[in-house]
Amino acid sequence: MLLSGCQKSATQEVMQPAGFGGVMHPYSGPMEKDDEEWVRATKDYANTRYSALDQINTSNVANLKVAWTFNTGVARGQEAAPIIANNTMYVVAPWPNKLFALDLTKPGAPLKWSYDPNPSPAAKGEACCDLVNRGAVYADGKVFYNTLDGYTVAVNADSGKLAWRTRMGNLALGETMTMAPMVVKDKVLVGDSGGEFGVRGWVAALNTKDGKVVWQAYSTGPDKDVLIGDRFKPFYDGDKGQDLGVKTWPPDAWRIGGGTAWGFMAYDPAQNLVYYGTANPGPWNPEVRPGTNKWTSGVFARDADTGQAVWFYQMSPHDLYDWDGINENVLLDLPVQGQTRKVLIRADRNGYLYVIDRTTGQVLSATSYVYTTTTTGVDLKTGELQRVPEKEPKTGQEIRNICPVAPGAKDWQPMSFSPRTGLLYVPHENMCMDEEGVTPNYIAGTPYVGANVRYYAGPGGNEGELMAWDPLSGKKVWTVTDKYPMWSGTVVTAGDVVFYGTMDGWFRAADARTGKTLWQFKTGSGIVGQPVTYRGPDGKQYVAILSGIGGWPGAIVSNNLDTRDDTAANGWGSALRDLKNVTQAGGTLYVFSLP
Amino acid sequence: MKTELAWVTLAGVLMWAGGCKREQRVFDPGAAQSQIANGVVLNEVHAGAEHLQEPSPSPSGTKYEQSAYAVGEGKRLFESYNCSGCHQHGGGGIGPALMDAEWIYGSHPEQIYSDIVQGRPNGMPSFAGKIPEYQVWELVAYVRSMSGQLPEDVAPSRSDEMAVTQAEQAHPKEHPPDESQHNVQRGKQ
Repeated sequence: MLLSGCQKSATQEVMQPAGFGGVMHPYSGPMEKDDEEWVRATKDYANTRYSALDQINTSNVANLKVAWTFNTGVARGQEAAPIIANNTMYVVAPWPNKLFALDLTKPGAPLKWSYDPNPSPAAKGEACCDLVNRGAVYADGKVFYNTLDGYTVAVNADSGKLAWRTRMGNLALGETMTMAPMVVKDKVLVGDSGGEFGVRGWVAALNTKDGKVVWQAYSTGPDKDVLIGDRFKPFYDGDKGQDLGVKTWPPDAWRIGGGTAWGFMAYDPAQNLVYYGTANPGPWNPEVRPGTNKWTSGVFARDADTGQAVWFYQMSPHDLYDWDGINENVLLDLPVQGQTRKVLIRADRNGYLYVIDRTTGQVLSATSYVYTTTTTGVDLKTGELQRVPEKEPKTGQEIRNICPVAPGAKDWQPMSFSPRTGLLYVPHENMCMDEEGVTPNYIAGTPYVGANVRYYAGPGGNEGELMAWDPLSGKKVWTVTDKYPMWSGTVVTAGDVVFYGTMDGWFRAADARTGKTLWQFKTGSGIVGQPVTYRGPDGKQYVAILSGIGGWPGAIVSNNLDTRDDTAANGWGSALRDLKNVTQAGGTLYVFSLP
Repeated sequence: MKTELAWVTLAGVLMWAGGCKREQRVFDPGAAQSQIANGVVLNEVHAGAEHLQEPSPSPSGTKYEQSAYAVGEGKRLFESYNCSGCHQHGGGGIGPALMDAEWIYGSHPEQIYSDIVQGRPNGMPSFAGKIPEYQVWELVAYVRSMSGQLPEDVAPSRSDEMAVTQAEQAHPKEHPPDESQHNVQRGKQ
């Protein structure tokens, strides 16, 4: 399947993605008990984004109606997950990052309070991909979130008063913060953004009581900075050795080498390990940073209390294409070759869907899930990604038909997992690009990229897709294509409904077993956010989504870019020439329920 | 009069003695001309003026806009100084598009010069003290070529890199709202 379209050279190797033929296997592994709230962006520690609510289901979802709306006042990319705790909904808007608390006990959910962190406007020139924020986290009577100018703040959940505020990022170096924190025990875990500015990535744990940094683990540099010590036992030889965060770079390049941590965190309470991915190495132009560029474009498992690294696996060593490893990790216990393994599943930007043993870091399988011209597979003995040398970017040379594209087979937009079907619901891209390396110059506070790129649809002509993936067979069960990249997250419920949004503004409910659209509603702007569902104080199930085009691709609209330039929004100009004609900037929360 | 003067003097002495200048007034002696504040104008509307006004063109700025070499240098520097990292090849990204008719801080060369040197609070970094003045003017000239503001024989006709947009020479002339008021058809006023 899928072989027409943009293929330009007859001699190139093409990796066939996995086809259809997956089946549903009800999942028998443990799932966290559903609190019917939504206290963190990922729903549970395991990142399943599964809700056990079934009041809204395949038989009645067609009757879904708008219950109430709320305007964030910011017409920029709305990537945040609304947070629901104690009958209150907490919404973080894009810069200037106001936090709104909405009272769910009253009709129309009036504003209880709002908190204004007053972030620096200079942050708007240091954020790569619009002015987004991916949401807050609720724990112990506080709401925690990050501001674009690099602060982590804790706000009293009842009063809206600031509890503490800690400066974590250095804006002068282009360091910003966009990710949704996760609270584990008495620590709030945060990470930085700025991989396109030559910042040095890190994850930090702050004490929830006072905001003091308990530990901070860098993604580059000497072992002591990376928190690599006695407990570090990577599975593959390529990740073993001393100070690889220094030695796998040209001298001092690790200091501006990226590896930021702006994705979602996962936590396994039984092992007390946190899992997260590290972003691309900087700059994009790979020729100026020979080496495997540890510890970028990989996954870390760390002790939640000390931050000490336990294992690391690098999906894309010496990344060639801006393939951040930040995509979320879903923690499941799956049968693999007759044995139940504690695994971590990730749909990586590099085009492979990985099943990794989350105790050891061993890759159990890596299956291609999109059209690929850049790699031929993952060697399970060495863990290495097998590259196609002709597709390596070169300075001063245009390499065409690089698939997947820089934003990857899938970017940050999170998938969900239903134990009822045993399937993952993965929103992703189907795109290719042309790239030419140019000489990058490091100037603090300005972009450090060194590449000209233009993106376009992959075979079939659709840029986006939502697939239902069977992790046991490594095959699709169904897929829904869309003209635009599928840049919204998904949620799946016990009512066997998958909710997702499109960049032209449709919010949809799909049948979890067939993908068939059961209901849809056209919102006021494109959707790039994270749907959530919860039980309201009145006992009814609600579904909420923020509508507001933006983010990396959607900046075409939200920052009013000119698509006569293919490279507008760093490559999206050519892919989204007509987006301004189909949607306008916005920032509205929609909440739906059955009448 | 005398009593008043005495009070003022006394108050002044007391403040000085207390080390407190909080209430001190600065009396402008009003010397002609030297006291009138001037700066780069970012708004067509001038307080106290009847007509829309544009900044008076700087002779140096004009010179660069007539030199294909200078504009070519500007194109090269636009990349070297990472301008292209935010504005891409005119379509914009982190920063606004430069090839269209929309100019947040004005389309005139002096205004663009100030944008680069002073920076702007909504994200444009200041390059003060980093770039020689002649290079700033070269950048200004190139930036204006992106929206067709320069004569065709001066604007770059080709790129050394991957073709991602039309050559600046072929860009249609955009008409920013603050463009020169000469030759504008006027209705009844």
